[in-house]
This record gives sequence, C-alpha cells and structure tokens, in this order.
Amino acid sequence: MGIVDTRKLVFEYIRRDEEGNVEGINRAVDEVDICVEKGEFIAVLGHNGSGKSTLAKHLNAILMPTEGTVWVGGMDTAEEENLWNIRQTAGMVFQNPDNQIIANVVEEDVGFGPENIGVPTEEIWQRVEESLKAVGMYEYRAHSPNRLSGGQKQRVAIAGIMAMKPECIVLDEPTAMLDPNGRKEVIRTIRQLNQQENVTIILITHYMEEVIHADRVIVMDGGRVVMQGTPREVFSQVELLKKYRLDVPQVTLLAYELKKKGLPIRDGILSIPEFVEEIAKL
Amino acid sequence: MIRDITIGQYYPVDSVIHRLDPRVKLMGTLIYIISLFLFKSFTGYLVALVFLGAVIKLSRVPLGYILRGLKAVIVLLFFTIGFNIFLTPGQVIWQAWVFKITREGLRSGAFMGIRLIFLIVGSSLMTFTTTPNHLTDGLERLLGPFKRLHMPVHEVSMMMSIALRFIPILLEETDKIMKAQSARGADFESGGLIKKAKSLVPLLVPLFVSAFRRANDLAMAMEARCYRGGEGRTKMKPLKYGRRDYIAYGMIALYLGALFLITRYLWK
Repeated sequence: MGIVDTRKLVFEYIRRDEEGNVEGINRAVDEVDICVEKGEFIAVLGHNGSGKSTLAKHLNAILMPTEGTVWVGGMDTAEEENLWNIRQTAGMVFQNPDNQIIANVVEEDVGFGPENIGVPTEEIWQRVEESLKAVGMYEYRAHSPNRLSGGQKQRVAIAGIMAMKPECIVLDEPTAMLDPNGRKEVIRTIRQLNQQENVTIILITHYMEEVIHADRVIVMDGGRVVMQGTPREVFSQVELLKKYRLDVPQVTLLAYELKKKGLPIRDGILSIPEFVEEIAKL
Repeated sequence: MIRDITIGQYYPVDSVIHRLDPRVKLMGTLIYIISLFLFKSFTGYLVALVFLGAVIKLSRVPLGYILRGLKAVIVLLFFTIGFNIFLTPGQVIWQAWVFKITREGLRSGAFMGIRLIFLIVGSSLMTFTTTPNHLTDGLERLLGPFKRLHMPVHEVSMMMSIALRFIPILLEETDKIMKAQSARGADFESGGLIKKAKSLVPLLVPLFVSAFRRANDLAMAMEARCYRGGEGRTKMKPLKYGRRDYIAYGMIALYLGALFLITRYLWK
C-alpha cells in the first residue's frame, strides 16, 4: 500500500432546487483508483470540471467519498478519529495564496500549523526556520505577507505545510493565480522539496509545462482517470490529449506536427534541448 | 486614497515602552483611564500629566504625532466642554438670552476637557507602541480566566487577528471593484448624501460576496492545517513577563500611590 490509495472512489454533488428537492446528481469523481508511492512526484492533469480538485480535497479529508475508500498513510479518511492525523500526513496547498495565509507576519503564519498540533515552542521555531529555508523565504520571515509577490506568498504557504512535517503535500492548482515568474518559482520549490526532502508531491494543475518533471502523470476527464504514465508516455499521445481539451507543451506539439509531415522524429519530446538534439540528428 | 487608512497606527520605533509585554500596557492603560475619574482637583491632573509626559518621552513617539490623533475627536471635545460650561447650574458669571455660564460650569468643562484629552492620548499611546498582533495576544491572555465562564476568548482574539490581516486585502479589493464599476459608468463622486450612499450598493454587494468566498477558503485552509480551536494549542511566541515588565507594574503602582497621597493629603 502506498502513501495515498483510493479504491473505486466516487463523489457526487447533489443539486437541489429551492424546496430542497433533489434536482440532479453530478458525479464529480467516478470510480477513481490511484496509488501513490512514498517519494513520488505525481501530477494530476485535467480540464476545468474534470474532477481533479474534488479528488484533491478527498486526500486531505475535506470531502468524504460518496462511495469507495481513500487511505492516506494507511488510514481510512472516512473514520473520524483519523481526521487530524490524516491532515498532518497529507498537507494541502490551495489556489489562492491570499486566502490561506492566516497571520500578519510570515514566520507566524508558518508557525500556525505546528501551534495547532501542539508542538513545543522551541521546536516550532526550529521547524519554522527549517521550512522557510527549504522554500528559500527565510530572509522574509519578519515581513508582512501583504508585501510579498504571489509566488512568494505561495512559497510561504508551502512552508506552512512543511512545518507540520507531512509525508505528502497535495497542491491544488497552486500556480493558477500567479504570473509566469511566480509559477516557475513555485514549481522549482516543489521539485526541490521532492528531491531533497523526499516529500511525496501530488500536483493538481492544468498547465502542461509544470508536469514534465513529474514521475507520473494522471489525466482526468469527466471524473474518470483516462490516461496514466510517465510524462513522455502521456505527451506522445497528442491526439488523445486534444480530445480531453488539454494542450501539450509547445515543443512537443511542434515535434508532433513535424513528424506528421514526415520527418523521422521520435514521440514524446518534452524539452527544447531534447528537440534540438533530435533535429541535429536529421 | 483608500489605502491611507491605517488601523492601530502602530508607530515603529524601538523603545522601552514598545518592548513591554502587551499585558502590562493594557493593564496600565486601563488603570490610567480609571484613575482619571477618581479625583476632582487640578493637582491630580498635574500628577497624571507628569506620568503621561514621562511615558510619552520614554516611548519616543513624537508629541506632534500623538496630538494629531486628537483632531479626530475635536468635535466631541467641543461638545463635551460646551455642554458642561453652559448647562451646569450654579453661580452665574455671564448670561445672554438662554445661555448662562457658571463658575461651576467652567470648572467642570475644564475638567472634562482635560480628562478626555488625557484619556485619548493615553489610550492611543498604547496602540502607537503595540503591534496589533501583540495587542490581540495580550488580550487573549488577560481575558484567559473568562474561558472558564465559556467565553470564547481564543476565538475572539483569532477573529481580531484575521480581521487585521484581511483589512488591507479587502481595501485593495474595494479599490479594484470601484475602478471596475467606474469603468462601466458608475459614479461615486457626485450627488448628495443619499445619492452617494445609494451609489455604494454596487460596490458593497460584490465586496461582501468576495469576503464570504474568502472566509470560506480561509476556513478550509485553516482546517487543512489542523486548526481545531484553542484546545491543545501551543504558542510560537508565548508572552513572558521579564524584569522590565515588573518594573513597569511598579511604576504604575507608584503613580497610583502618588496620586492618592497628593490629592488626599497635600493639596485637597
């Protein structure tokens, strides 16, 4: 069993009219089976409404499955007594950086999680220092979050989760509200945490460029897992991705189009250097 | 313009007063305010003035900056003094139509004026020298005993600090909505009071909707970080009394003692 497991996970939103009668049922997540091993970097891709955010909220026990089971660190999320342990095991970073920072000073915000789980004062300081250094925000520890850029705020939010020493971090579209620079900053930080601190990462996103470094990509559409594999495997199926209303990275698309016109280029090219090398061979 | 509003108006310099434990400052301010109402002689105010002056000097907040805070209450000040001067019965000094000025009125008007000024300067000195975070922390600790009476002390102080965190964010948002509505022809400037108030509706509705959405997000983020109320929480920056704080408490006691002796026995 991995760090995160779901079996036949189903989640239904029930729409009601004004009298409270059931109008319809939306199946946001439909029989999803995923298994994430410790230390993996998983990216979950999907168009708007594909159910990826709903799936993410299950991994932190914010939502409970309608059917099926979710295990986090071997604990069933449906059992209430596991709730706080699960939230400590799988930390969650949300989309809007402003709406998840609680304190008026960076270091106090990072200390918020450890305070909640009853860590002694001296250890809180130690954890705050370590986490802020891990995301490269240590020199901003005494700043007000309002003065930081979006990318910096999001890194503070990640540090806030890191300070709780989770085994796994779920990031629900952490870059959706950031500019390109902020996006790069955050993705670089996530990769570093994965490689250096060996934290399991589950990154929910719809930006293709962010998933090329993942160990495994899961593509969702209409609540189902429709594709799964390494970034190279997934991105070599350009036609299929287009069907799910997802774009592939520009160079992958260029390579694909060239190949369609008859140039002997291999499938699933992910980066510009790779592409250059391949072209040079011709 | 809207961003110029600052709450608390913390004046960031490093001084003995700034470094005091917020509980000392809260208690000191409270005692000081009560003390202003305990006596009725000018010598008492002299003692209070000396004490206040000493604290201002120690706090290193410029006097002009402090007095500027009085501008906001100048109308209230005039009303209070005016009512006292004209409406206190007693020995009439001057009379015109229905207005009478009495000796007693002048005296109590002067008292009320001094009291109000001292009260405002004294309490604003606390907000000048204490960050909002410290203030809520201090309040939480001071009101701690009321938790036994099931008063939500921790929750209230958490609400206060979250409110402080979101003031600038919501101000920025107000600015944005204002610009967006102006771009579509909304007019916030012209018209009388009622028209102006009405024109705020298209501003307030989206602002409220957004505030609720933010509150929802924040609650989710707090829960995801294991927040479950004040029970079993530890503190990253616990409040601890130091030598400085005990000395300050001593000073406050000394002030009260001096006030008592001087107003009771020396110059009645």
